[in-house]
Amino acid sequence: VRAGSVGTHLPASGWDIFGDLRKMNKRQLYYQVLNFAMIVSSALMIWKGLIVLTGSESPIVVVLSGSMEPAFHRGDLLFLTNFREDPIRAGEIVVFKVEGRDIPIVHRVIKVHEKQNGHIKFLTKGDNNAVDDRGLYKQGQHWLEKKDVVGRARGFVPYIGIVTILMNDYPKFKY
Amino acid sequence: NTVLSRANSLFAFSLSVMAALTFGCFITTAFKDRSVPVRLHVSRIMLKNVEDFTGPRERSDLGFITFDITADLENIFDWNVKQLFLYLSAEYSTKNNALNQVVLWDKIVLRGDNPKLLLKDMKTKYFFFDDGNGLKGNRNVTLTLSWNVVPNAGILPLVTGSGHVSVPFPDTYEITKS
Repeated sequence: VRAGSVGTHLPASGWDIFGDLRKMNKRQLYYQVLNFAMIVSSALMIWKGLIVLTGSESPIVVVLSGSMEPAFHRGDLLFLTNFREDPIRAGEIVVFKVEGRDIPIVHRVIKVHEKQNGHIKFLTKGDNNAVDDRGLYKQGQHWLEKKDVVGRARGFVPYIGIVTILMNDYPKFKY
Repeated sequence: NTVLSRANSLFAFSLSVMAALTFGCFITTAFKDRSVPVRLHVSRIMLKNVEDFTGPRERSDLGFITFDITADLENIFDWNVKQLFLYLSAEYSTKNNALNQVVLWDKIVLRGDNPKLLLKDMKTKYFFFDDGNGLKGNRNVTLTLSWNVVPNAGILPLVTGSGHVSVPFPDTYEITKS
């Protein structure tokens, strides 16, 4: 990065950021900063708004494993909702977190048992897996409950999430 | 007007076109009815009571069903359907649980596969364990065929085929001769 030499007229190339900054007067600088802050806070508002609208703590997730192929592949994007009035039913694709683990898992509900009082316990399995998910649950845990659910998959867009996976697998790409 | 700036605008343009196409895929099929008639038939029902080795190790009712499915899924496939995930589920209520749903069998039908289903004498893919002993003498176990429509991009609806069959389960267990 060349330090801006104020007297000469340098071509505005990408590496000349600091030179440009010094050429602007204070008002323009404040304007740019505010602009940037507006964009960031709008993005944040949209994200938080989505969380409220869908009832899910993470309304957009990226598929991380191949356990739901050929429907979903690594890098696909899923849109989730988590309305309380929607009971869990067999066949639904749910995103859940096992107690104590951070990684969300996207699998399908294959068994549902609901009691008279509305309490539901259910079992999941990945389409591409030969066995159900009991091996993934906590030690001694046989069923999942509503509280483990992050959301239900309602919509899907392929490939978009690849960027997130690239950044995770090759952290150098962030820079 | 360097190569880089041209590549940049080309990239931006193709990105916008792809986004528009994706949205088009979604919006043109978002409100379609994906249901077709389904004919189900159950030919054999058997009931045992064993320790549930797939999960909580308690003695539970284990059902065995042999069934037939006839369905024509051709009208569901359009430009925005990548595959159908079919599943046969049994729904019933017991003393323990007001509602039970167990998926007994599933199949993936990809775009391009034969969409006409003519399956006879199929055995269940998954063990039909009840959460307890509620299958014995159960008057009303309803089998339905449903499918999850997986689009190229857009909504993921769950559709139940029109046509179901309700069967009673036997009052007695079959003893396994060992």
